[in-house]
Amino acid sequence: MRLPRRWPRWLGRSGSARSLAGRSGDAWRSLRRIDGTQWALMAALLALAAFMMLPIVYLFNQALKPYHELFLFPPTYFAKDPTLLNFTDLLNSTNRSFIPFSRLVFNTVLVTVVTAAGMIATSAFCAYALSKHPFPGNKALFTVVLLSLMFVPETMEIPRYIVVQYLGIMNTYWAHILPVISLPVGVFLLKQFIDQVPGELIEAAKIDGAGETGTFLRIVVPVIMPALATVGILAFQNVWGNLETSKYFMQDEAMKTLTFFLSTLTQNLANSVAMQGVAAAGALIIFLPQLIIFIFFQRKVIATMAHSGIK
Amino acid sequence: MSARLRSLGRQIWKYRLSYIYVAPFFLLMFVFTFVPFLSALGLSFTYYNAIESPKWVGWLNYRNLFSQDTIFMEHVLPNTFKFALLVGPGGYVLAFLLGWVIAQLPRRSRVWYALAIYMPSLTSGVAMIVIWQVLFTGDRTGYINSWLLRMGWIEQPIQFVTDKLYLLDIMIAVSIWSSMGVGFLAILAGILNVDPQLYEAGRIDGIRSRLQEIWYITLPVMKPQMLFAAIMSIVGTLKAGDIGVQITGQVNDTDPTPGYAGQLFFNHIRDYGFVRYELGYACALSVVLLLLMVLLSRLFWGLLGPKEGDA
Repeated sequence: MRLPRRWPRWLGRSGSARSLAGRSGDAWRSLRRIDGTQWALMAALLALAAFMMLPIVYLFNQALKPYHELFLFPPTYFAKDPTLLNFTDLLNSTNRSFIPFSRLVFNTVLVTVVTAAGMIATSAFCAYALSKHPFPGNKALFTVVLLSLMFVPETMEIPRYIVVQYLGIMNTYWAHILPVISLPVGVFLLKQFIDQVPGELIEAAKIDGAGETGTFLRIVVPVIMPALATVGILAFQNVWGNLETSKYFMQDEAMKTLTFFLSTLTQNLANSVAMQGVAAAGALIIFLPQLIIFIFFQRKVIATMAHSGIK
Repeated sequence: MSARLRSLGRQIWKYRLSYIYVAPFFLLMFVFTFVPFLSALGLSFTYYNAIESPKWVGWLNYRNLFSQDTIFMEHVLPNTFKFALLVGPGGYVLAFLLGWVIAQLPRRSRVWYALAIYMPSLTSGVAMIVIWQVLFTGDRTGYINSWLLRMGWIEQPIQFVTDKLYLLDIMIAVSIWSSMGVGFLAILAGILNVDPQLYEAGRIDGIRSRLQEIWYITLPVMKPQMLFAAIMSIVGTLKAGDIGVQITGQVNDTDPTPGYAGQLFFNHIRDYGFVRYELGYACALSVVLLLLMVLLSRLFWGLLGPKEGDA
């Protein structure tokens, strides 16, 4: 779309963009168009962004510091002599505990994959029905979803513990998976996104003889892929960072997750200077997967969040 | 009457597949969120220590909360109030400002700024203990103390985490730092999605400054996203509690912060639930916290939510 001359181009461009990054083709052109205000804003924001990144850059450096650099005075920010020693030390310290490292990795992978898949599937089916099927009680159920956005399970750790105990699923993988699967944010974001899918598309598929589930899987799912990716990221972050299930529902050490193990490790290690490098390595292992997944899908996330409004 | 019931029954039968679609989500939601809430509500009227069966005490827990609990009145409530007021609205306004500035930048660089701002929100969790501990160490070997001393701004190292004066402020700063999560992304996407033609029309209608543009065009158009972000912010702020424990480096996340200086609502629940085993009282606290979240969210709903007659 061409904008009129008198209109500052950059404002128009910013408004029309649906994704954060443009196509690679217009990189050079957009660089030339930058004006004075933009330079000033960029500089100010760059300073702020750099400031916000300090603790994270520090985390990387601390994890890569060799033993003797941890004791330097005055303390140094950057690792002068980066090494992976802290990571091997971390592996060794898990070997000293009674649970093999491989078991923790297996637990984590199993729980993360199954739970995230479950979150995406339950959210998607629920959102599709809420958006496109005018069944009796539809509106009321959507209100329940909105309300459950505010019902944070964290505030109910104690009764949740009682419920899990009552169901007799303590120390089983079920207790890792079932309590956290329902993701109100997921249903909400997907519902708002599916609202944009034209009903004609779905009707056309049905006329062609596709069943309800077939229509959903073959027609709707490809269209809502960006939203599914976003919910996938949120699901992953939720499961990966979740310590509640390991802490309260698993008394058996062999059933806990790697994330939980690393977090207890870092907690205990942080108090001695000598082990700070190892603790930082543990923290980095928890942090990195989330970051990598987000970088991969960021474009889809922004496209989805545009429909996140509560209307 | 019975005819209407029968037609409703037919409707329900006709949409049976829809109910199957929504069932998994709502079933799990019911079992692991609403049942715990209801049992918390029930237990909040009892004295329950996890060993003997609960004894009915009526409104006693609630009455004690507002008349007997001096820790709650002297520390927890003022702390939570100050924390929530600065992190909630503060973080919310900051998210909008940052989102707006990022939207003004050329497309190519937006991604990296957004990523830098969003990244800290991925770091939540016990693992970050290692960062905060080392940065805020109370003697001259702490990074911040060492830096302040070198700049000549202080003469004595500051006992950041044990001094009551500083702990809450540090918690607030760190929480704002890590608060640019899903809500920030929603706001950013909302700003990027405003139709540029609206700005053009605004120019013609006599809007002169950028500020007027924000007030009369950007904000009204993205009200739905602002509401979503507001709910995320309220819920996220009120459930905070781990942060004080992380910064002070307590071994157990149920231990109170030094002198209750950083004790928030959430810590108070854990204190009574998992340390003192006064589960009935802890449940009453949970119920009050949840009601607070819902009430505040409803307040914002009134301000930003869809009105009758809105398109």
